[in-house]
Amino acid sequence: MTQMDTESPAVARGTSDPVIEMRGISIAFGGVPALDDVDLRLFPGEVHALMGENGAGKSTMIKALTGVYSIDSGTVVLDGEEQQFSSPAASQAAGISTVYQEINLVPNLTVAENMLLGREPRRRGGIDFKAMNRQAAASLERLGISVDPASELGSHPIAVQQLVAIARGVDVDARVLILDEPTSSLDADEVEMLFSVMRTLRDHGVAIVFVSHFLDQVFEISDRMTVLRNGRLVGEVLTEETTQLEVVRMMIGHELAALERLESASGAGVDRSARPVLKALGLGRKGSLEATDLDVYEGEVVGIAGLLGSGRTELARLLFGADTADHGSLQVEDDRSHLRSPRHAIQRKLAFSSENRRAEGVIEDLTLADNMLLALQARRGWMRPIPAAMRTRLVRQYIEALDIRPPDPNALMRNLSGGNQQKVLLARWLITEPQVLILDEPTRGIDIGAKAQIQQLVADLAQQGVAVVFISAELEEVLRLSDRVVVMRDREKVAERLNDDLTVADVLEIIAGSARQEEPSDA
Amino acid sequence: MPETLTPERQEATASHAGAGPAARLAARLSGSTLVWPVLALAALVVVNLVVHPDFLSVRVQDGDLYGNVIDILRNAAPVLLIGLGMTLVIATRGIDLSVGAVAAIAGAVACVSITGSSHESALSTAVVASSLALATCIALGLWNGFLVAVLGIQPIIATLVLMTAGRGIAMLITGGQITLVHNTHFDFLSSGFVLALPFAILLALALFAITGLLARRTALGMLIEAVGINPEASRLAGVRARTILWTVYAFSGLCAGLAGLMISANTSAADANNNGLWIELDAILAVVIGGTSLAGGRFSLVGTLVGALFIQTLKTTINVIGIPSEMNYLFKAIAVVAVCLLQSPKARALLTVRRRARVGTKAVAA
Repeated sequence: MTQMDTESPAVARGTSDPVIEMRGISIAFGGVPALDDVDLRLFPGEVHALMGENGAGKSTMIKALTGVYSIDSGTVVLDGEEQQFSSPAASQAAGISTVYQEINLVPNLTVAENMLLGREPRRRGGIDFKAMNRQAAASLERLGISVDPASELGSHPIAVQQLVAIARGVDVDARVLILDEPTSSLDADEVEMLFSVMRTLRDHGVAIVFVSHFLDQVFEISDRMTVLRNGRLVGEVLTEETTQLEVVRMMIGHELAALERLESASGAGVDRSARPVLKALGLGRKGSLEATDLDVYEGEVVGIAGLLGSGRTELARLLFGADTADHGSLQVEDDRSHLRSPRHAIQRKLAFSSENRRAEGVIEDLTLADNMLLALQARRGWMRPIPAAMRTRLVRQYIEALDIRPPDPNALMRNLSGGNQQKVLLARWLITEPQVLILDEPTRGIDIGAKAQIQQLVADLAQQGVAVVFISAELEEVLRLSDRVVVMRDREKVAERLNDDLTVADVLEIIAGSARQEEPSDA
Repeated sequence: MPETLTPERQEATASHAGAGPAARLAARLSGSTLVWPVLALAALVVVNLVVHPDFLSVRVQDGDLYGNVIDILRNAAPVLLIGLGMTLVIATRGIDLSVGAVAAIAGAVACVSITGSSHESALSTAVVASSLALATCIALGLWNGFLVAVLGIQPIIATLVLMTAGRGIAMLITGGQITLVHNTHFDFLSSGFVLALPFAILLALALFAITGLLARRTALGMLIEAVGINPEASRLAGVRARTILWTVYAFSGLCAGLAGLMISANTSAADANNNGLWIELDAILAVVIGGTSLAGGRFSLVGTLVGALFIQTLKTTINVIGIPSEMNYLFKAIAVVAVCLLQSPKARALLTVRRRARVGTKAVAA
């Protein structure tokens, strides 16, 4: 992205040079690029937000900077000198300090002991606890954190522990502080506390990298942003010169037309006067989803759009009974009984492919065939194993239909690529012949070819009468496939539109539009 | 029991039987996890043969077989049974520490039931007592399953509860006494012979075969492995993960109960303090030596069988080659560590590199 300078109108706020400049960073894992020619500049005395959806490359970028991953190509320049951080320790020694979401401290030591762990002041061969408490108290005070250094760390709330972790991080002459999702478990007051510490540090000239999914917080605290998408740099902007809508657009993006627009002929055939196959009424769960209504009809693709944390995944999980709803009802055909478990949902011909392929989909040490047949076998019960002939036939049929590679039923699942694993998981559900197929991010993190195949498959299934709930962070994809689009924001359904002349811009506006009061009502 | 083998294991054993060129045989063998325990077992037998050339001899007495090998088989039965249940528990990513205590309880229930009966030496008394003991053990296994599957307590802690409390319960049942019984039918469990072979090992092998058939001919084995590898993915795919956990712990209880009856029958007594003491550790060792990972997932029942035989042979070897009794545990520990190292691909790679380097070929850096 050489045109970056022209894209970002203003350069530094101050007159200073960047403390860190990363140029043309590329990293690939097993041939799949995670970062492709990405730049990042950090100026002293600035809060810099690193933005992007899941899988955009934020954490990879951070790990490249902190020496956790080695860089395939590109340079890291610190104070005008090119650096090669071979390990986290090397980057720490250069003044780059990271505080992760999960706190890496020892809860049963005191605050001061934690802050000075590994560099305790010594006196006559032992630890000088007085000096230690004094030093810790001084550092905490400088940041305006009021905690007794002699108290046990674990006795404080998470927010305070996080502040202590930050204090520890910047105590070692940090010039760059990286905060990865620091606010995800904090309440509003605690966030304010954190922000005031961040402002103090910024005023001391520390460059802060802030990663957060909360747009409001990003706009409140940051001075500058770098937006990534699919491992590429979208651009660098100054916070005061942009809007939430603009940033969301950058994050989600207009995907280049590498994929042809699918014929959405299916839309015409949807009969919404009939009884919906799946009907949710006021379905919700405390702390994860407000009461939500949703009807899904036979042969229809309902797309769900929204940012991460908007409630899109939570809705999918409630529809399938992966989590239990604590209010509202769910009707499958004319059966209104509550879904108690995924097993129960599967018996009602529902299927759900989780966004978290590794943790909630793949059984790594079993074979491709076992993975593919798992849901069917589970429905039959252990006493009725799938006969060998049927097994062979089904596995062969789906390997062929979905073009799974390697086409070896006995290949271990762990040795398949992400795209092929995803296809096996889809096959797992298709084999159960579902009436309703709920797909949460089925195309995330897979190569473009597999992506197109999966999209085509979804369109074909709808044509065959399957009702599909399709969730994706990529709006282009949602609009390409869906007959109807539901937009989620802040754990709530905020709009529902027929997808006739809906554009990405329309949907973006609804997603970002908390400030806009002239929000369009439901279709 | 070749019918219970998965295809790749079948292949390995078939090639072990020895057909085809040596190179292909070696290549196939090195791919199987079963090779090293089998080799270790063979090595132990060789050591014994060197010290006592007649180690393998079997003599016939009153139509029954006697000898070191027969003793090993008979004495291996309890570890074999407990290892069988333990394999399935470990496959679900769990562990059952309570089996020794459960074995003690089985003995206690059976012996107290027999001494309390009006016909102490009757066959029906022995049958009723044994059934009662086994039912108790299944209930105890279900208790473990409840703690793990429903309450979600970590298996090592959940079963530690019964490991600690179990011997106390056995003491309560026996009133703190070593309860002696006089019932030849009960003794038959340990010392009886059927078809010239010890009844105990036949019973253990029969249960082994049935379990193997159930695991590999039905979908049970695959579902157990799925739950062990990824419980959440299995749940979302509709697998009854909870039921499977209950089942394996109950089964482990049943196996421990049967082993406890054999141990008790061996001395015609229930000793709450010493029956089945530390047998859980031998069983876990048998599973590990057999190539089933403590991390759960893929399991090998045949591996456990070999592992149990290895452990029992090791115990016998210690006596046969006259290792001083104070060295017993140390010797056992060294042998076990050696086998486990041999199984680890990393350690084997290291050894291979060394050997190649010594021969003078180019050593390949790892």
